[in-house]
Amino acid sequence: MRRVPSSKAFFFAFAAMAFLCAAFALFYIFSGVSAETWDYNIPRRLKVVCAIAVVGVSVGISSVIFQTITANYILTPSIMGFDNLYLLLQTLVIYFWGGGQLSMMDSPADFMLTLLLMICASTAVFFIMFKGRGESVYHTVLVGVVLGMAFGGLSTFMQVFIDPSEFSVLEGRMFASFNRINVQLLGISAAVVCAAGAWFFSDLRTYDAVALGRERSISLGVNYRAVVLKSMVVVAVLTSASTVLVGPLTFLGILVVSLARALFPTYRHGILVPGAVLAALCALLFGMIVTERALHFAVPMSVIIDFAGGLFFLLLLGRVKNL
Amino acid sequence: MIRLCNVTKRYGETVALSGVTLSLPTEKVVALIGSNGAGKSTALNIIGRLIPASAGTVEIDGKSLRDWKSNELAKRLAILGQTLYTPARLTVEELVAFGRFPHSRGNLGAADLRIIDDALEYTGISTLRGCFIDELSGGQRQIAYIAMAIAQDTKYILLDEPLNNLDMNKAAKIMKLLRTLVREKKRSVLLVIHDINFVSFYADYVVAFKNGALKYSGKTEDVIRSEVLRDVYDMEIAIKSYRDKRLCVYYE
Repeated sequence: MRRVPSSKAFFFAFAAMAFLCAAFALFYIFSGVSAETWDYNIPRRLKVVCAIAVVGVSVGISSVIFQTITANYILTPSIMGFDNLYLLLQTLVIYFWGGGQLSMMDSPADFMLTLLLMICASTAVFFIMFKGRGESVYHTVLVGVVLGMAFGGLSTFMQVFIDPSEFSVLEGRMFASFNRINVQLLGISAAVVCAAGAWFFSDLRTYDAVALGRERSISLGVNYRAVVLKSMVVVAVLTSASTVLVGPLTFLGILVVSLARALFPTYRHGILVPGAVLAALCALLFGMIVTERALHFAVPMSVIIDFAGGLFFLLLLGRVKNL
Repeated sequence: MIRLCNVTKRYGETVALSGVTLSLPTEKVVALIGSNGAGKSTALNIIGRLIPASAGTVEIDGKSLRDWKSNELAKRLAILGQTLYTPARLTVEELVAFGRFPHSRGNLGAADLRIIDDALEYTGISTLRGCFIDELSGGQRQIAYIAMAIAQDTKYILLDEPLNNLDMNKAAKIMKLLRTLVREKKRSVLLVIHDINFVSFYADYVVAFKNGALKYSGKTEDVIRSEVLRDVYDMEIAIKSYRDKRLCVYYE
């Protein structure tokens, strides 16, 4: 018979993860820094670590919420086509206004506009996905996958007509990068992620009941429709903030939630969500160290994360009984 | 009291429930019977606010279903659907503790813990409290969910086909448990059920549906009759007497 992990076991797992995060962060910031390179390296690396924190919090929270409301442990917003939506919007900007416009979109106003556009578009997509959600989770999954494929197909189609030099600008946006971050934009993203995260945490225990499924949570007095609507907005805001800030990291969500579920086997979101956030921080910091120190930027960090996350995803496909 | 007034449910052109008007007695085991697609589960799910009615009103204790706040209604009415799968990894004790959610919103106090222990004890599954739900047999799992409904401490407990896939022993055990709940804890149990002999032996009141319409409702002895059952199920069902109860024989 399996045993329920004790509070002590959870505490040790949290302590180990937090220690690992701190160790990775300190190693990343201070390794190889000399007195001559201090002024250049430290601010740059601190900025990267802050960006990793924003993305880690955002991906950790949004992936767990998404899995809870879809009652499915192998899906995340990115896998359901969110990244393709981001790519489509970027392609549309280049198609209609040219690559110059995209590379200039680094002012806070432009960033906010892009963020707002992403939030509106992704909320609309989630609404379409969850329309008829009462009937079946398969409907949600199917609509999400079809929309994701449609966005991907449309992007590819439009990319054929883009000038090759402008396409290279777009290509740079196809992979996540923590090295082109503007401090002002990082601040805005952090504020947006904090606000959305606080809204989610205000109702944390309700998600424990929602994890039992729609029927049971309604029977337990959860205003299910309101919770799903709120979740869609929170997921859209969090995912948009991190994607617009650094770019798409398709398999990070599934990687970190799977790690969190393995390390913190519980239905309690008060444990699972911080666990997923810590797992995201560890994965991103480790990926950054490998990219910078071992591979010397030869391979984008997103490729390493997506490779590890993709393997996890395939493993889960084989193990999960209820898709 | 649960009261339905002209309740209709449509799925596009299909009418699943047509103008049902009905008052259900309290502190009784009430069985909803009928052939597949007759509308009994639809009626139960509308009462349990899992699906909205297309027309008509449902009243719980004199107040329209739409006027109840979700959390307040959850202190009065619990519904257990057909599916006993839950995506979350839970032990029996954790599942039963969820019954206190409408009362404690997840912050369990000493009184809540005592009620959870009582519910486990009452349903005879105290020894299984540390087991994970997915490790239990179908019957044990059903009892665990009923224990959760007991911990929820609601006046009304609604169950959709709780005897599905259970052997005779487990099915009888669950029906006895539901009867005891009505007798000792003064709960009102409303269940959708196919086995008319269990209905005959354990229900106080029967509501029969046919083709989405209410066909008969009344005390068990008034509905478990050959001519009524023939009309409801479109087949000959003989009635024999056994221990002062009516035994339905439907083998030709």
